[in-house]
Amino acid sequence: MERTYLEFASTIVKTVEMTRITRIFQILLGWIFFLSLSLPAQAQLEIDITKGNLDPVQIAVPDFLATTQAERELGAKVAEVIRADLERSGLFRALAPESFLETQTNIDYKPTFADWRVIKADALVSGRIKTESDSRVLVEFRLWDVFAGQQLKGVRFATTPDNWRRTAHKASDAIYQALTGESGYFDSRIVFIDEKGPKTNRTKRLAIMDQDGESPVYLLGGSDLVLTPRFSPNSQTIVYMSYENNNPNVYLLNIETGRRELLGDFPGMTFAPNFSPKGDKLIMSMSRRGNSDLYLMDLRSRSTTRLTTDPAIDVSASFAPDGRKIAFNSDRGSSPQIYTMDANGKNVKRISFGKGRYSAPVWSPRGDKIAFVRSQSGKFGIGVMDVDGKNERMLTESYLDESPTWSPNGRVILFSRDTRGSRNGSEVWSVDLTGQNLRRVETPGQASDPAWSPLLP
Amino acid sequence: MKRIIIASAALIVLSACATKPDVVETVVAQKPVTQAPPPIFEQVPEALPPVVKQPDVVQAAPDLNLPAAGSLEDFAYQSGGEPRIFFGYDQYDLSDEARDILRRQADWLKTYDTATAVVEGHADERGTREYNLALGARRADTVQAFLISQGVAPNRLRSISYGKERPIDGRPSTEGWARNRNSFTGLQLNGVS
Repeated sequence: MERTYLEFASTIVKTVEMTRITRIFQILLGWIFFLSLSLPAQAQLEIDITKGNLDPVQIAVPDFLATTQAERELGAKVAEVIRADLERSGLFRALAPESFLETQTNIDYKPTFADWRVIKADALVSGRIKTESDSRVLVEFRLWDVFAGQQLKGVRFATTPDNWRRTAHKASDAIYQALTGESGYFDSRIVFIDEKGPKTNRTKRLAIMDQDGESPVYLLGGSDLVLTPRFSPNSQTIVYMSYENNNPNVYLLNIETGRRELLGDFPGMTFAPNFSPKGDKLIMSMSRRGNSDLYLMDLRSRSTTRLTTDPAIDVSASFAPDGRKIAFNSDRGSSPQIYTMDANGKNVKRISFGKGRYSAPVWSPRGDKIAFVRSQSGKFGIGVMDVDGKNERMLTESYLDESPTWSPNGRVILFSRDTRGSRNGSEVWSVDLTGQNLRRVETPGQASDPAWSPLLP
Repeated sequence: MKRIIIASAALIVLSACATKPDVVETVVAQKPVTQAPPPIFEQVPEALPPVVKQPDVVQAAPDLNLPAAGSLEDFAYQSGGEPRIFFGYDQYDLSDEARDILRRQADWLKTYDTATAVVEGHADERGTREYNLALGARRADTVQAFLISQGVAPNRLRSISYGKERPIDGRPSTEGWARNRNSFTGLQLNGVS
């Protein structure tokens, strides 16, 4: 996407903290405080504990102003996507446009803050679409703190009209960042496995969609069983496992060029692949004579290093974002548990000690948490723990919750859910790191194995 | 544990009359270190009950209702209906019944020595996808190793894990899960794939 990202330098409020002791600030302070709370180590489903703690920020996003009919349609669609993004995050409540009292005519003038206070808006986004020559449009907005009566952010994107959706997501990210102090995750995508048919005759296909479930497309033909895709942290490349030619192996796929590549011809099955934080290496499992061990492959030289030699199962490796540690799943202690080790395979430590069986560890992009799947008493749930295994918390539970994947900012976890006896089959769900805001993500059909991309460039 | 010892003892007696006596240990060695140590064969008393006599596949009395000798159906019939053996939850050791079926499969494969087989390892859905791929690989390998131990040439066997991706029973129940924890011996007659 060709774009410019200009801040309205003249009107930006420089230090937000200095002037804002507003409701927004209090709410978000509360939120951040909540996130840093250390909860008891025993894993209980703790969704209820926090209910009511968190008042969403009320935000008004009127349709973006425009002159022509085409611009107006665009302005309405952009605002709608922004409202939906913010609302889905659980941190915001997008107020209904019907409740708005003021209709601004020019976003370069201050809004009538009293009119927005009346409807209890904490923040206001006023935007505008302007057509430039050669089918280029400017998408601009100002973010206002209604109670302080001040602008928090001004942003202008230059783009093409057909790129309105990504532009709207970028606007959502800018708003999220301005109000939470953390980077957003709306301009990102999810690669997943599209599923069709009953359990005993199911076809699976590699697919990708926007983070909000829009624009789903298939990435592969669909005749071969395909599993466990993962996004490269810094390129439009996916690694996945396929049963192409009845040979279960790991493949790389560049989703921009469509170039697909089998990663070496190994004597045994290769599976459970994952990128290193720099994207230059892959860690995966290889099974030889029934024994699965972890191997590291340098993507440039294609040389492999064996990292584990235990006769137990070693799978589901996930790098820490600094590249120094690896979390993985092993049954070397007789039941599946989570372990960490140095990137060279040394210093192996078990970190899961709660009741039940632990698997599928995924290191948070922030580096401070590991998401995992725990099964106990016939249920499977998604949980998070510190990287040393402390402060374990279960976030979800169902017949089968698995395949956790983190949002680029480490605040949201997507996972697949299979509800017992459900006709819907496998679905993708999301939950906040706090255990709140559990909701289903729209997918074209049954879907599993979601993997979140990094923020798009 | 007692069951395992008896089964191993039975194997010893068996392997005593087989041509390759040392392969039982291979199978036992696949167990994780945390499980009970392999039985000490020397201490097995000699006065054990006789081993269940294997059906004599080759010289079975002709029966019009039986599948044609050497056919896919015949292989399934000799395996007890379907060439599939079952495992316990998160287990990959072979039950006495599974060993019995696999011995018959091995005999069949030795008789019809142009056939090859792909041993599939399967898991139930009560585990994560990647873990189950590894578990399926263990199961398939255990079966493959056992068939080899019974005299089937290694180059006639291939193993593949499907993890929990190819269940045969869609029921989300203990019965359904139990059926999905299996290894299937996919026979390929010469020229047929």
